[in-house]
Amino acid sequence: MAVRIEPQDFDIGAEIAALTGGRTDIGAVVTFTGTVRGSAGEMPITSMTLEHYPGMTEAELARVEAEANARWPLSATLIVHRIGELHPGDNIVLVITASAHRHAAFEAAEFLMDYLKSRAPFWKKETRPDGSASWIDARETDTEAMQRWKSAAFEKD
Amino acid sequence: MIPAPDTQSHDAGTSPAATLTLRYFAWVREKVGHAEERVTLPADVATVADLMTWLGQRGETYASAFARPDVIRTAIDHNHVRPDAAIAGAREIAFFPPVTGG
Repeated sequence: MAVRIEPQDFDIGAEIAALTGGRTDIGAVVTFTGTVRGSAGEMPITSMTLEHYPGMTEAELARVEAEANARWPLSATLIVHRIGELHPGDNIVLVITASAHRHAAFEAAEFLMDYLKSRAPFWKKETRPDGSASWIDARETDTEAMQRWKSAAFEKD
Repeated sequence: MIPAPDTQSHDAGTSPAATLTLRYFAWVREKVGHAEERVTLPADVATVADLMTWLGQRGETYASAFARPDVIRTAIDHNHVRPDAAIAGAREIAFFPPVTGG
């Protein structure tokens, strides 16, 4: 289990190699990469700035990762989330899950992303070609995606 | 529940005065005008909702930031909480819009 919050880009191949190197218990590796879209609806964007809550972000992602490990037999997990100014096409987030079998790895990757999107304290601000900028609103569909994983472990909040 | 000032020193790990750090993020931070501050709270500010009401009365920038408390999310000591959460014993309370990472 590992969580990293950092401004620099990540290398997916290198991250997989680091996670699986020297191990023979892993039979499935699933990765999800989120990238910056070049437009918000009809409106093109020139950059996206990611702010987060240092301290809570790491704590929240560690909680979500621990919950995934409690639900599925995972051999390894990694969450990398970039912060700062990003541009269309740039990587934003990487989730890797590894397990002996594919179902656990697929499901856990989706679970981690759904929970990350609705709980991890990140905020995105988009800048448009005319220089104007605005904070992105949270999407109801992201909350709904998280709701389907609801369990007693998370019902306290 | 409203904690009486003279009982707070009995709470393990809390100081007698309800002084804590407030942090603001994204548009809440922009509207308030700063990212962080230390405040000493009156004894009748017992919940997150009470605190947002109290903050909204601290001037124009706060009134603007906390005009719609229903769209602001709160964390106490790095844990998501609801508006009815008690703030007794909190060291750091953060206010921010619904999160949009990933």
